[in-house]
Amino acid sequence: MDNTADMQEREDAIKGIGCSRKRKEDARFVQGTGRYVDDLKFPGMLFADMVRSPYAHARIKSINKEKALALPGVHAVLTADDLKPLNLHWMPTLAGDVQAVLADEKVHFQYQEVAVVIADDRYIAADAIELVEVEYEELDVLVDPHKAMADGAPVLREDLVGKMDGAHSKRVHDNHIFNWQAGEKEATDRVFEQAEITVKQDMYYPRVHPCPMETCGCVASFDKINEHLTVHLTSQAPHVVRTVVSMLSGIPESKIRIVSPDIGGGFGNKVGIYPGYVVSIVASIVLGVPVKWVEDRMENISTTAFARDYHMTGELAADSEGRIKALRVNVLADHGAFDACADPSKFPAGLMHICTGSYDVPVAHLNVDGVYTNKAPGGVAYRCSFRVTEAVYVIERTIDVLAQKLGIDKAEIRRRNFVKVEQFPYKTCMGWELDSGDYHTALEKVLTAVDYDALRKEQEEKRAQGELMGIGLCTFTEIVGAGPSRNCDILGVGMFDSAEIRVHPTGSVMARMGTITQGQGHQTTYAQIIASELGISSDEISIEEGDTDTAPYGLGTYGSRSTPVGGAATAVAARKIRAKAQKIAAHLLEVSENDLEWEVDRFKVKGVPGQEKTMKEVAWAAYNNVPEGMEPGLEAVDYYDPPNFTYPFGIYLCVLDIDKATGEADVRRFYALDDCGTRINPMIIEGQIHGGLTEGYAVAMGQEMPFDEQGNLMGNTLMDYFVPTFVETPHWETDYTVTPSPHHPLGAKGVAESPHVGSIPCFTSAVVDAFAHLDVTHMDMPHSAYRVWQQVHELGLDKSA
Amino acid sequence: MIPPEFEYSKATSIQDAIAQLGANEDAKLLAGGHSLLPMMKLRFAEPPHLIDINGIEELKGIRLDGDTICIGAMTTENELIESQILQQHCPLLVEAARLVADPQVRNRGTIGGDVVHGDPGNDHPAVMLALDATLVLQGPDGERQQSANGFFLGTYWNDLQEHEILVELRIPVIKPGVGHGYSKLKRKTGDYAVAGSPVVVELDGDVCSDIRIALTNVAPMAIRVEAAESLLRGKVIDDALIEQAAAEVIKACDPAEDLRGDVLYKSHMAAEMARRSIRAALQQARG
Amino acid sequence: MAKQHVSFNLNGKKVDALVEPRDLLVHTIRETLNLTGTHIGCESSHCGACTVDLDGKSVKSCTVLAVQAEGSELKTVEGLADADGLHAVQQAFIQEHGLQCGFCTPGMLIRAYRFLQENPNPTEEEIRWGMSGNLCRCTGYQNIVKAVQTAAQTLQQA
Repeated sequence: MDNTADMQEREDAIKGIGCSRKRKEDARFVQGTGRYVDDLKFPGMLFADMVRSPYAHARIKSINKEKALALPGVHAVLTADDLKPLNLHWMPTLAGDVQAVLADEKVHFQYQEVAVVIADDRYIAADAIELVEVEYEELDVLVDPHKAMADGAPVLREDLVGKMDGAHSKRVHDNHIFNWQAGEKEATDRVFEQAEITVKQDMYYPRVHPCPMETCGCVASFDKINEHLTVHLTSQAPHVVRTVVSMLSGIPESKIRIVSPDIGGGFGNKVGIYPGYVVSIVASIVLGVPVKWVEDRMENISTTAFARDYHMTGELAADSEGRIKALRVNVLADHGAFDACADPSKFPAGLMHICTGSYDVPVAHLNVDGVYTNKAPGGVAYRCSFRVTEAVYVIERTIDVLAQKLGIDKAEIRRRNFVKVEQFPYKTCMGWELDSGDYHTALEKVLTAVDYDALRKEQEEKRAQGELMGIGLCTFTEIVGAGPSRNCDILGVGMFDSAEIRVHPTGSVMARMGTITQGQGHQTTYAQIIASELGISSDEISIEEGDTDTAPYGLGTYGSRSTPVGGAATAVAARKIRAKAQKIAAHLLEVSENDLEWEVDRFKVKGVPGQEKTMKEVAWAAYNNVPEGMEPGLEAVDYYDPPNFTYPFGIYLCVLDIDKATGEADVRRFYALDDCGTRINPMIIEGQIHGGLTEGYAVAMGQEMPFDEQGNLMGNTLMDYFVPTFVETPHWETDYTVTPSPHHPLGAKGVAESPHVGSIPCFTSAVVDAFAHLDVTHMDMPHSAYRVWQQVHELGLDKSA
Repeated sequence: MIPPEFEYSKATSIQDAIAQLGANEDAKLLAGGHSLLPMMKLRFAEPPHLIDINGIEELKGIRLDGDTICIGAMTTENELIESQILQQHCPLLVEAARLVADPQVRNRGTIGGDVVHGDPGNDHPAVMLALDATLVLQGPDGERQQSANGFFLGTYWNDLQEHEILVELRIPVIKPGVGHGYSKLKRKTGDYAVAGSPVVVELDGDVCSDIRIALTNVAPMAIRVEAAESLLRGKVIDDALIEQAAAEVIKACDPAEDLRGDVLYKSHMAAEMARRSIRAALQQARG
Repeated sequence: MAKQHVSFNLNGKKVDALVEPRDLLVHTIRETLNLTGTHIGCESSHCGACTVDLDGKSVKSCTVLAVQAEGSELKTVEGLADADGLHAVQQAFIQEHGLQCGFCTPGMLIRAYRFLQENPNPTEEEIRWGMSGNLCRCTGYQNIVKAVQTAAQTLQQA
């Protein structure tokens, strides 16, 4: 057989990087044998349920547990007073603030946890929570963040009064959390003062919620005899949870086991530590039996990590050709009642300063002020890459506004401002080093694929007929793979990640990582990486994550960091194994190491055909025939501290038609080109893109979390919260280019958040573009039929001929 | 998520159901359960006793009785969709059922439940008004019939008497020269209408001899827009008349402002749905 | 509250359970009968993760009382495969990458199973309408549509 054909056959057999192989995890999911938290049952297990505040801001006058405790099957009712002796009534957040576990003397947001009931089963618990009598004294409510720092605004955080040194900066008001800035203020202001052209646009990125199909929950089990705590929970960061639980409880990490089993969607909703987890742990320790807590959908939407809620102003200074001279962004961030934002500790506004986007911006300044309001805590969630959704939104919206002001085509203005391919690696004026990219090629590829000129022509014709057709464009650069420990840490733990790989004597492999899949297919993709590195079929490589007893320490999966960091650790660990394997092979073949070359799945002696050893043969030898002085075995661990983030990018184009009579937008076409560097499993990438685009569609076109003046959250069930069905969801077209990351061992970047980050501004761009000929420059989301119709009606476009 | 406790019994016949309603204070009938059970799971409704009428054969089935279609109250939405009799003789009802909820809910939700439940978002009341349907009711005092017109009085308020059960719906077979239209604007599949409008029009040559225009979810209950109907009855309906009718629709609306929209939007959408339904009905009536 | 005895055929086997009138069928399946493939994703009867096949119809088991299942034929995801292996819909979902986190998947499969019996040769539009009672957050539905199309082809050839 010809060597190339033979190599190809062997390549195909290992099903490594680049192969759209089927997923290994599917077998259990399609047979209903996945193991999610609520599937778990342990002997003696009790069930926890929460008593929640109906008020957004109130003092707790009294709590009467009598009737609840009298209900048969109720074992305990805990309040903040019961947690005080353990100092667990408050807990630290990931953002340097503290958060009430159970409301301590006052409640700060509607549905806040006030008491927890522990009962024999969930039915009794549901009855018992109705029997807990809480007396409230309502207080003035603050829901508008613009009023948070006004004189006379209600003071929310009485626990922080007088403490004007915040975690990130000085606080200038009782409701102020932090001020954070990036870039150069004076230099930027000067450019704006002298600029030929300036544009300014206010825009609101509404509060939304990730709403994964599985809500949050846990089973906490404290073994009194061995003084050992096991907690199964919906966590995207099990090791972080173990460390935090150890810090809170005093139990050493060596006696805590955290297990993230199968997780039904994370999307950033399952990063933080919720009161439900803490009280379940406490209850289990006190009662000595396992305690399960699983929240309802309404509880999930109303109280767990929300996303966004950024009131932004974007400004660009440019010349008459549309070349950007400076960017200025101001943000008022509504964090709710506690700053529980899941950001790396040095970045209270996440990676917002990626807001220069895909453009060569000489100077910029970003100012962010975070404030408290009477709403649930959170802010970073929902496939946002740590506020990159907000950053991309502000730059993409503002450059469109600039294009409209100057009458320059929206694709052309981007061409003029893109970082050029020869400028990479490109240091932005905000300090990020974009690793690689070729925006121009990608843009041309998309515009050609959709026949952009024809679309603009069609739009002209339709406008002449009074029809509303919009073409939206978003050309975004993402920043994922948090991150280099010099500037990225979670509660002080550097954001490296890890992989531990062991090759068995008969040539199959077991590997464990510090990340945790929630549907991204890690059992398959990590196996593919190892397969390519070690020449062993991914069919024979078992991947495990999520059990802190066995997996090496990692920071978890969110912000698309698994491939950039975990994938790098995996490749590096695999290469350590291959390096050792090369020595063993040399020993077996009685040659020097340097005489060997690696080909797909074996070491070959250079220039001597037939003299070769497969990795499998080496594996066997590793356990019984290693060279003198070498220890047996074939395994390696790598903790990978990335030198930089990775910067995937994309070009998205949306065509939609608006029904003037109803405001409904029909997405006719959505073309998504993504560049995530080396592509491990194209089938899985495409699935992630479809999912991210669909969530983006939901955010842009219908999701919202409206509060009334009393702080009541409306629309917190799936009746109102817009989760599109098969029928509403558009058809997605995907495409790609490959620009590998120069610093990543595989050249791979993350990808799964890009479709969310990039699609939302694209939908907005398209909706606004439909009205652009009528001088509309911006419309806030969501672009529900109702809201779009209001624009139509305001312009008088729905009057019959 | 968890309903409060209640007693549960099955009714074996209509008489048995009526008797059980009489014997158990505040008992509620359990039909499809897809309006009642969700309310009980949120503890918005806490009936002490549920009487399950899913097993009563006399409440099921669709039959043709001369020029009248008789639909058992416990006919599910999917059974309406699949019915040959309805597809042939009353396609409006099939069209309307297709836009109710989702496939699973349609396997349990019944036309009877939807008609008497009383939520202004329920779809069938307006359809019954447009079809000029007759409700057959049975109670302790025997059976009676009532026109749909006048049955719906307000939110969770209709003319069902104490311990009465809706047994059957009777609809006249659609004759030649009669057309219908159905338009329902919703935020997504499974949602109640932002506004919905079933229309039935009868043409005599070019002239509209009769028209019924009903609206869903833009008032405390389903309503007919008689002012719009009067404008069109006896006329050759053209675009200008349709616009006048639409203006009457807006005036007739009294929607609750909620996340689906404010009064302005809902009223305008009601008008647009009516417009579309009138046009579709005319086109169909013309053949 | 006194419990009632309820008995039905679950995946071809007769089962018994003691239930309160208010016990939801989904809880009885998951907790009493220990089949945890059927999932709970909401409490407002929207998401469809709890879908089962009851007397030949797709229903949301969170909105059916356990007592209402008396004497019925109930099929859950655990009953799709048989001695010959996975059902065509299960194979197709794997083939077309119609699942990611797997949480909505049992409901999707059981619905697809029944849908293809109701409509063996569906168009894409019919598939989207026929499956509109099942929500998914991961896949964007596109590959699930492909999976249903693939399963339809396989079943028709059989």
